[in-house]
Amino acid sequence: MSLKDTISSILPHSTPAAPAQEPRTCKQCGTTTAYEELRKNHMICPSCGAYYRMHAWERIADILDEGSFTELDKAMQSSDPISFPNYPQKLAQAKQASGLQEAVVCGIGKIEGVRCAVFVMDSAFMMGSMGTIVGEKITRLFEKATAQKLPVVGFLTSGGARMQEGILSLMQMAKVSGAVRKHSDNGGLYLPVLTDPTTGGITASFAMQGDIILAEPHALIGFAGQRVIEQTTGEKLPQGFQRAEFLLEHGFVDLIEERPRLRFMLANLLKLHQKPETPKMTKPFRSLMPERRR
Amino acid sequence: MATAYERVQAARSGKRPSGGYYIDRMVDGFVELHGDRRYGDDPAIIGGIGWMNGQAVTVIAMERGDSIEDRMRRHFGCPSPEGYRKALRLMKLSEKFGRPIICLIGSSGAYCGIQAEQRGQGEAIAENLFEMMGLRVPIISVVIGEGGSGGALALGVCDTAIMLENSVYSVISPEGCASILWKDASKAPEAAEALHLTSYDLHKFGVVEHVIKEQNRTEKEIGAELKQLILDELAQKSAMSVDALLAARYQKFRSIGA
Ligand SMILES: [Zn+2]
Repeated sequence: MSLKDTISSILPHSTPAAPAQEPRTCKQCGTTTAYEELRKNHMICPSCGAYYRMHAWERIADILDEGSFTELDKAMQSSDPISFPNYPQKLAQAKQASGLQEAVVCGIGKIEGVRCAVFVMDSAFMMGSMGTIVGEKITRLFEKATAQKLPVVGFLTSGGARMQEGILSLMQMAKVSGAVRKHSDNGGLYLPVLTDPTTGGITASFAMQGDIILAEPHALIGFAGQRVIEQTTGEKLPQGFQRAEFLLEHGFVDLIEERPRLRFMLANLLKLHQKPETPKMTKPFRSLMPERRR
Repeated sequence: MATAYERVQAARSGKRPSGGYYIDRMVDGFVELHGDRRYGDDPAIIGGIGWMNGQAVTVIAMERGDSIEDRMRRHFGCPSPEGYRKALRLMKLSEKFGRPIICLIGSSGAYCGIQAEQRGQGEAIAENLFEMMGLRVPIISVVIGEGGSGGALALGVCDTAIMLENSVYSVISPEGCASILWKDASKAPEAAEALHLTSYDLHKFGVVEHVIKEQNRTEKEIGAELKQLILDELAQKSAMSVDALLAARYQKFRSIGA
């Protein structure tokens, strides 16, 4: 099934633009792979194991139960609140390039039968940067999850706050943090999955506010940019600096999970936090989980 | 009228008073407290308790230092994770004993370095945002100099935000913005205009409630007005129930870009 078909099966009444379905070439090893094969392989290069960055709808198709996802606030679009030079043009290009209205897709869906609020950021839209609309959509999602007592699963990727919306972007870090806090105070579970790259103001806010923080292998995760650190300190960055494994070693993420196992790991974590009266795992967790690579 | 970039330069000026100056001006019997109880003590942040017109308060302030050695030691007021964690520890202490919190912001941002990343600069800021949203005592934040991005916001979740006229508060430095946009850091003055980072811009956006005039006034006069404004705000906020205070704090940020 093509991605377009998958999406239309998930969303019978919506036709979001699908990412290009031409064969892709791996940046790490140069192998070209048919799109269908990549999709089946969770957008992992079959020859070297490198992770392609996922489109928001690829992620939704990869993780959520088929036909379970309802998108929220899908028509919300950024205006140009501080009249920043060339921002309207940048937004138009980003929409064109990503097939999305903004850098995050939010909605309610199910993972292995467990209902949850889900947000998926997309680096194809202005590097996944957060302006007022990204902040507003994620805030609304947490508020809805709080009201409906749903867990939140987030897939993060972002270059940080969006400079084209100035201080209003920075303030979204506080706004979303407030909503995360309310959800948490209400007993809600929040599982952020940090994917490549998660940096700047996103790391300094809702990326690091999860109850359990997951990361994809080798994802770049940090606050300050690598070039800026090198220029400021004149020091050479250590091997693997700001990669998921580095954060695990230093105690800032709970676990790193491979993409083929991620859906099951999330289901397991969601079910481990359900109230006792709700159904338990129907099959043993071990039987669902694909073997670890290597 | 000063241009945006002239205000940026004024905010950064080595002659401009830093956090310690305002503590001296406004707080009586200040006792500085040290350390995050986890790793170390960050001299970029001065934290402690003291009296303000007979009222016990907690003050957390970025301090850039005076002599060149002192400035190096304090990383020019750019806090490390230990600084943010010390700030949070003192804020929680303040909450326990029902003292209001005053935060003074003035540096180019969070310290940028390998060690800072290793010890979780992002996590430290994120934790402050999360916890400050729920602190059950009034918080007043004042931008006294440069309010540099997430590193400033980590002391900026508050019930009342105040800026001194020539302070600035921005998502990115004008130089950083100019080099990303135009590959030319020398276009920082244009970037400063585009970013709308002056106290008047932020007041117009509703991000800060008060601007304190600096033009034709001495530092002493500015300090005195700031002190009076903080006392007035604290009186108002202290009269509110904790639930109303927290609801209003949530709403203050919730309404930005909504
Ligand atoms: Zn490859």
